[in-house]
Amino acid sequence: MADPMHQFEVQKIVDLPDFSIPGVGVIDMAFTNSTLAMTLAAGAIVAFMAVSTAKVSVVPGRLQAMGEGAFSYIDNLTTSIIGHEGRKFFPFIFTLFLFILAMNILGLFLVFTATSQLAVTATLAIMTILLVLIVGFARNGASMYKLFVPAGVPWYMLLLVTPIEFISFLLRPATLALRLFGNMLGGHVALKVFAGFIISLGGLAAGGGLGLLGIPGAAVSLGGVVALTALEFLVAFLQAFVFAVLTCVYLNDVVNLGHHH
Amino acid sequence: MEAEAAKYIGAGLATLGMIGAAVGVGNIFAGFLQGATRNPSAAGSQFTNLILGAALTEALGILAFVLGLLILFS
Repeated sequence: MADPMHQFEVQKIVDLPDFSIPGVGVIDMAFTNSTLAMTLAAGAIVAFMAVSTAKVSVVPGRLQAMGEGAFSYIDNLTTSIIGHEGRKFFPFIFTLFLFILAMNILGLFLVFTATSQLAVTATLAIMTILLVLIVGFARNGASMYKLFVPAGVPWYMLLLVTPIEFISFLLRPATLALRLFGNMLGGHVALKVFAGFIISLGGLAAGGGLGLLGIPGAAVSLGGVVALTALEFLVAFLQAFVFAVLTCVYLNDVVNLGHHH
Repeated sequence: MEAEAAKYIGAGLATLGMIGAAVGVGNIFAGFLQGATRNPSAAGSQFTNLILGAALTEALGILAFVLGLLILFS
């Protein structure tokens, strides 16, 4: 059977000279298939938005309705979770959502999924959590500790609640990165394993005799691949949406610290 | 037992953690459907909360999956 993990290997397309930063070390600047997938995703978003807003009319056409739909969907999301001040963070969340969605969906059409690389998802998660920390300290200063000390909790419960809140805050970037990575990796491995069954069962059937029993098995596997591909389109959207929602929730925690609305 | 065989058994056992995530996500959707069929007009407004709960629960299952991969490939 073909190796289902082969699709996740990062390969160099154009080898560029290494770049060394003193104190950090040598950084490989090669243009890889991961870089290509991300560039294509970014290009697809820019092209989509440029085309959908090229001929703007009061009564939107199909493409304009799609662009406006995506825009207002995330706009509603930020406003409903963060509240009035959600507008400030809308560009960041909209960019994250579209970029992850484009990478996920392009991964279903092309051979490489950028979001199935832990390095990519971890970078997005670290960016998000750094923004949360910067916004939190800029707005609240030293009263950031209230994040771990919920109001209205008796002091003896705080002994238990504060460590739990602190650990769950530290786990946020890890789960944010691992959720997207695990979903995309797991989905694509399952697709390739089922596709591998078709080939190996078909090879069995080609041998003739009792091996012909492999044909119904291969047919079931083919149906499985079709169904899983449909499911993966749902997961591709859902994971981008979940990343955006969680970014909103984490930002809301620090923006509206102490006064829940 | 060879170390290689123990590695594969360990990776398989690690994925058992997903059972808990499966039960949890099933519970969330069961609860949502029960509420949504009783009061369909309120169902739409709770979609974000539904997905949020499912994502937070699922993350724990993903941790088990990643642990299995770590055992297999490290």
